[in-house]
Amino acid sequence: MVKDKQTIFQKRKIAYFTVFSSILALYILSSIVTEFKLTDGVMAFPEAASWIVHKFVPDAKAFTRFPKIMDRLLETALLSVAVTSIATVVAFIFSLFGSRTLKSHGILNQAVRMTAAFFRNVPDVVWAMLLMFSFGQNILTGFLALFFSTFGMLTRSFIETIDEVSSACVEALDATGANFAQIVFQGVIPSTVTALITWALYMIETNIRSATLIGILTATGIGYLFDMYYKRLEFGSASLVVICIVVLVIIIENISNKLRKVIS
Amino acid sequence: MPILEFKNVSKIYDNVTKALEDINFTVEEGEFISIIGPSGAGKSTLLRCINRLIDASQGEIIFDGQDITHVKGKELRSIRTKTGMIFQHYNLVDRLSVIENVLHGTLGKKSTISGMFGHYTEDEKTRAFKILKELGLGEFVYKRCDELSGGQKQRVGIARAIMQQPKLILCDEPIASLDPKASKVIMDQLVSINKNKKITCIVNLHQVDVALRYSTRIIGVASGKIVYDGLPENLNQETIHKIYQSNANDLITDVSGGVHGER
Repeated sequence: MVKDKQTIFQKRKIAYFTVFSSILALYILSSIVTEFKLTDGVMAFPEAASWIVHKFVPDAKAFTRFPKIMDRLLETALLSVAVTSIATVVAFIFSLFGSRTLKSHGILNQAVRMTAAFFRNVPDVVWAMLLMFSFGQNILTGFLALFFSTFGMLTRSFIETIDEVSSACVEALDATGANFAQIVFQGVIPSTVTALITWALYMIETNIRSATLIGILTATGIGYLFDMYYKRLEFGSASLVVICIVVLVIIIENISNKLRKVIS
Repeated sequence: MPILEFKNVSKIYDNVTKALEDINFTVEEGEFISIIGPSGAGKSTLLRCINRLIDASQGEIIFDGQDITHVKGKELRSIRTKTGMIFQHYNLVDRLSVIENVLHGTLGKKSTISGMFGHYTEDEKTRAFKILKELGLGEFVYKRCDELSGGQKQRVGIARAIMQQPKLILCDEPIASLDPKASKVIMDQLVSINKNKKITCIVNLHQVDVALRYSTRIIGVASGKIVYDGLPENLNQETIHKIYQSNANDLITDVSGGVHGER
């Protein structure tokens, strides 16, 4: 008995040691391969910081552009909201067939899960670049790119939420003789609605950040403005764009926190 | 005419695990049957075969004069409306009110649309109120279910089952998560439903003493087989040990002495 205990503790120690040393070895190996030097990185930090402090502050010219920035920012934010709303509805319908709780047909179930995994695992920026071939540099490209990745992400989260939260009441409603549509409306939706809204709100926040990045590629929205000012070396204006994005995301975060409290 | 009949029913999971093996029994209308047996013996599987939440692998299940072993779709749902079910973890929609959960008992008989959007008739609502009052939940009608205690939630579960106006009520460990006081309330109510509304009850139980006290008949299940089927009076210590595959003095009932002390 005592011997068993000792070996368990020893095993635990060996496990920790192995994990830690493998992480260290991986770091050293990848640094050598990529010729990355931590010291250089750290040394460059003060210089970069002082550059940001001196150059990357809004100047007088930047503020004259404030209305334009707000205009584009609003466009980007509304795009994210629109994308997320539509993706939420589509993802919910898909997740009903992807969840194990609702016992949809095996092949359909797998098909939904694989579709969702595919859309989720292709990064939104890659979607944007691919879609630019077909749709060109416009807002539709950005919309679709965001939609695909949001749809993939939400479908997976919704499937997990449904399986976790509503499996018990689905079983009970099934036992009463209720049909699929009745089970969804009377059981699944009421029991998961808060979790679904929480996910949707989180995706709106994420999508504002992603939309900025995609906008750089598709020459739309706030991303385009940032790219333009940055390339013209008008760092003052570019910095104002960044500040505006950060403030907007914080505001939206606060609103969604309040909303979550109200609906729970 | 028996209300339920199992003929040589077996259930095999994934072609390997035998959950039920050659189960045969007949249930007459008005019986109050307890199914006892160790965890994993197949009690839950047996219960769920009756309303086809689980499909039997072999054999025949006859309910209310109809072979239901392979019925599908609309027909299956119509059979399910005739059997209510009560669960260990209540399985309510916690975010909805008590009355809404009770009215879910009518879904099987409603049209898809009115069921989806929760349009219930005056008659259905009146009946739900009456059932809740009978179960002592009159003051909780509009409360959300997540505000209730375990015992109250289970009573909502019972109300939902009664709402179905079933011929048979299946109870899967109805008191396993409840304290002794709430357990008594629930068991008493099940017995009163059985007596007054003439609804047949089949109850999975862990508590042998409860089974002995409340049921008109006991079925003992061990490793997927029926090892005892008879009156509570005839269930002796030896058989109990056979059901639980244990030796003398290994069971909690041996310590309390409740099994034979009271009788």
